[in-house]
Amino acid sequence: MYWNWKMSGIALGLCFFLTVLIIKPIGVSTQFVIFDGIAVSLFKDDISYKDESTKTGYASSNAYLNKSGGKYAKAVSNPINYSFIFVVAMFLGGFVARKLQGANDSCSMVPDVHKRRFGDSRGMRVLLAFIGGVLVLWGARLAGGCTSGHMMSGMMQTSISGYLFAVAAFIAAVPTAILLYKK
Amino acid sequence: MDIVLAIIFGFLFGFVLQRVGAADPDKIIGMLTLRDLHLMRAIFMGIGLASVLLFVSLQIGLVDVGHVSVKKMYTGVMVGGLLLGFGWAISGFCPGTGVVAAGAGRKDAIAFLLGGLVGAGFYMCSFKYLKDGWLMESLFGGKATLVTTGNSVALLDAPWSVALAIIIGLVMIVVAAKLPEKFCD
Repeated sequence: MYWNWKMSGIALGLCFFLTVLIIKPIGVSTQFVIFDGIAVSLFKDDISYKDESTKTGYASSNAYLNKSGGKYAKAVSNPINYSFIFVVAMFLGGFVARKLQGANDSCSMVPDVHKRRFGDSRGMRVLLAFIGGVLVLWGARLAGGCTSGHMMSGMMQTSISGYLFAVAAFIAAVPTAILLYKK
Repeated sequence: MDIVLAIIFGFLFGFVLQRVGAADPDKIIGMLTLRDLHLMRAIFMGIGLASVLLFVSLQIGLVDVGHVSVKKMYTGVMVGGLLLGFGWAISGFCPGTGVVAAGAGRKDAIAFLLGGLVGAGFYMCSFKYLKDGWLMESLFGGKATLVTTGNSVALLDAPWSVALAIIIGLVMIVVAAKLPEKFCD
């Protein structure tokens, strides 16, 4: 079973506060770009290279990795950095939490909401999860952040981008979820 | 040292997201269809509490102002938010919870992550056409906040505005407490 709302909220609040207290606000979606960059760098040398003339000492043939003085290009060349390892460790945290939760909780790849609407169709679920993934990360990168970086970290700091991002995300998500999954 | 902190905090955050139910598409879609507000309450409580702690700590000098990191506001934030919202509702995952769900052994989360890498790749390739366009035009002076933080453009730039931030945080906590767990069921 999951924690109740109060325990859940306190735990989330402490995660966001402790990270900003010790180092910086939480963000996740940038690391999908860094992962892509690392993957491409196995085949393409100019995706990240040393360049003394930039602010970070790195540059890229890709305009996005090259922005802000080669900030992302540097992360691609040095994957052992705070933000990337943070996301890798999140994966481990999910793994351990699930193990401690006990085996009686079901962990089917087909959620109940999906079953009610589309039946036990695994192919359809994989397709929806994949399409959702494309839209979520495309949107998150265009917005410059996701639910963690904009909505949680942003609204914690009263940032205008955080509030407007959250409004836009819910304006799209609530009607879509109701149309797609409510009987 | 940074790497040790990344492992500790990343692990903690992933652990919490799983135990909160945020990595469960049934819980996310339950919230978005307004049936099961458990996560909505947790989110309001989390942001409210973190915000109160942050602004009190900034006031007493416990948090370094340099740790405040406000993201720029531009038109693309809202267009991107809409796109993310569609994908969030379709899949029941967002970037962080997708990573955690994959760690927790959900196979559908792996499809989501692969889709995410494709979506991020699309954006990487399209950025050169977008970077000087209307989507990237800065709004509200860019790195804008409602109140004074010391490291952003404050819309209400006055010493008392910090009190407003704390009040907003407290209101969020009250909203979390007052919202019903089940709604429109």
